[in-house]
Amino acid sequence: MILKIENLRAKVGDKEILRGVNLELPLGQVHAIMGPNGSGKSTLAQVLAGREEYTVTGRVLFDGEDLLTQTPEARAFMGLFLAFQYPVELPGVGNLYFLRTALNSVRKQRGLEALDAVDFLAFAQKRMDLVEMDRSLMSRSVNEGFSGGEKKRNEILQLAILEPKLAILDETDSGLDIDALRTVAKAVNALRGPDRTLLLITHYQRLLDYIVPDQVHVMTEGQIVRSGGKDLALELEHDGYLADAPDHTLPVGGTP
Amino acid sequence: MSPNRATGLAQIALPEPAGQPTWLQRMRRSALDWVAENGFPGHDDEDWKYTRLGPLLAIPFELAQPIDSSLTASALDVLVGNCGGPRLVFVNGHFNPQLSSLTEIPKNIRATSLRTHLHQTEESGASRLFPPPQNSFVALNSAFSEDGAYIEVPPHTTVERPIHLVFVTDGPADAAPILASPRSVIIAEANSRLTVIESYVGLRPQVSLTNAFTQVILEAGANVEHYTLQNEPATAMHLGMLAVHQPAASEFSSYALSLGASLARQEIRVALAGEGAQTQLRGLYMPRGRQHHGHVTSIDHQAPGCTSRELYKGVLDGQSRGVFKGKVVVRPGADRTDANQSNKNLLLSEGAEIDTRPQLEILADDVKCTHGAAVGQLDEEAVFYLRSRGIGQKAARDMLTYAFVSEMLGLITIPELKTLIEHAVAQQLEADSTDDREKTLAGEIRSR
Ligand SMILES: Nc1ncnc2c1ncn2[C@@H]1O[C@H](COP(=O)(O)OP(=O)(O)O)[C@@H](O)[C@H]1O
Ligand SMILES: [Mg+2]
Repeated sequence: MILKIENLRAKVGDKEILRGVNLELPLGQVHAIMGPNGSGKSTLAQVLAGREEYTVTGRVLFDGEDLLTQTPEARAFMGLFLAFQYPVELPGVGNLYFLRTALNSVRKQRGLEALDAVDFLAFAQKRMDLVEMDRSLMSRSVNEGFSGGEKKRNEILQLAILEPKLAILDETDSGLDIDALRTVAKAVNALRGPDRTLLLITHYQRLLDYIVPDQVHVMTEGQIVRSGGKDLALELEHDGYLADAPDHTLPVGGTP
Repeated sequence: MSPNRATGLAQIALPEPAGQPTWLQRMRRSALDWVAENGFPGHDDEDWKYTRLGPLLAIPFELAQPIDSSLTASALDVLVGNCGGPRLVFVNGHFNPQLSSLTEIPKNIRATSLRTHLHQTEESGASRLFPPPQNSFVALNSAFSEDGAYIEVPPHTTVERPIHLVFVTDGPADAAPILASPRSVIIAEANSRLTVIESYVGLRPQVSLTNAFTQVILEAGANVEHYTLQNEPATAMHLGMLAVHQPAASEFSSYALSLGASLARQEIRVALAGEGAQTQLRGLYMPRGRQHHGHVTSIDHQAPGCTSRELYKGVLDGQSRGVFKGKVVVRPGADRTDANQSNKNLLLSEGAEIDTRPQLEILADDVKCTHGAAVGQLDEEAVFYLRSRGIGQKAARDMLTYAFVSEMLGLITIPELKTLIEHAVAQQLEADSTDDREKTLAGEIRSR
């Protein structure tokens, strides 16, 4: 089990956003979390990545190690990666420089030698080809002035470069047209493997046509309320649960 | 006004007049009398409000003496960079021909020590170099200035390589506090073009005050690019005044960098006196620990159709203090003035403070004047993004701070200088903010 989440709760002020999440992700599988807007999917992703503004209780084991006491950078060293729903723009930080610094920082922790600029460029170019990323984006500031799709590709490029054990993709499909979605999905599929787990967060089932999950989980109001096979996504879409009506009740399989 | 009179500075005796023309002696005497009478700016002086002069005024300074510096030309290359052009070096305000490289000076350009020039000049020829005193520290400089550079570029001449003026303070660490008063004059005749760099450094942790005054006099159509790079030791204080006169269609740009000194203030006054003159003032200050860095600019739009652009950025850490004061005056008749001013500050610690103050006086019509001031902290979301990629907390913060500064580094047009300043800036950022800024440049050279 690469990730084991037990009764995870997260609050901001008095507002409880995650209300007892339980989830297990085996190594080498692809899981999806679906759920309406505001149900806490991004919060779960951010809490796992180590965002400090939440008050968190519960237990998370990453590869058997306690995750919640680790700094964000330590989680990256352990092999956790989050592709952000809203990647931050970093004016003045060169994209290539940023990627190389990140990779070398992670390599150092893994006892590997740093790559110099030339070696890194050769390595990065293969990964850029994988996500069909325009080379000109490498000499620009990180995400600055990037289109929505370019930002998402840049996230997947980082995933491809850092080679984590667990990658959480938060709404990577939103803002992508169908061609871009195909490209990104192809890249993500190429990154699947027995040593890597993917957690796809989405509220459209569209993405799951391209990246087929082993399991689908449904989150509402800060809890995982249902889990099932890949057909669950289709069923949910058909039943139209994704309508954002606040008092909408779900065909819930089991609540705590 | 309550001028600050109780001071050691105005009581320093004038140096021996050996060999000086009598007009120069007279002028020095009257400048010192002016200081004795008018004192130094007090708390109620708008321009000095945020700069605590009290401690400085209480120090019993002695005039800096020429010394046999242990410095070598190659050590200077490391300290201030070698930009491939002529270099005039002044130690404690005195010209040092051994450390200077004058062979690079193009034939038709005059680049010499101001002292030499003044000693060969009649009073009538020098009067514009000594305007009547108006300002205590400029007057103090007039009274005590040992030397500096005199540069004169004839009409229609382009000087290819930058002329580098280096001002070093040096002496035994236990010496009495010294006052050095470098004074330079740069004259760019019609349609000439040149770049001048002034570097201020110190070799030892010794209490010193550099009170510098530079005049840049452009003629019509001339183009001057000017840099002031202040990186004196932590025990030094630095006051600088740059006075620029711009007639029609002249272009001037300045770049003011403050890294060192415990107290530093760089003031620039630009008179846009002829139609279509353009000026650009850029600055970067990075105080940390208990450093105080102040930048005061004043742009006087006297003629129509002139353009001024200002961009100053500050990065403040520790308990430091920064001041930016930018005054823009548009005189009656200076129509079609186009002025823009921007000051952006990044506060890295709770204890750091910045006072930023634009001041616009617009007395003409058909004028475009904009200004903006910003004070902010590092974007925590950006810090988290970097950390989530495995970049440690401190490295992430440094990276974002460097990114804030990088815009200013990109404006440096001389490659050798750019590299040098990039290093100095990175070093300033990497040093732990809780360290005392004990930066003995001499030690740094020795360790290379
Ligand atoms: N930092 C925060 N401060 C206050 N409210 C927050 C914060 N982060 C998330 N929320 C709230 O928590 C709820 C869940 O948000 P989010 O996790 O972004 O949902 P989802 O990704 O499923 O759309 C929303 O109501 C959102 O406004
Ligand atoms: Mg979300």
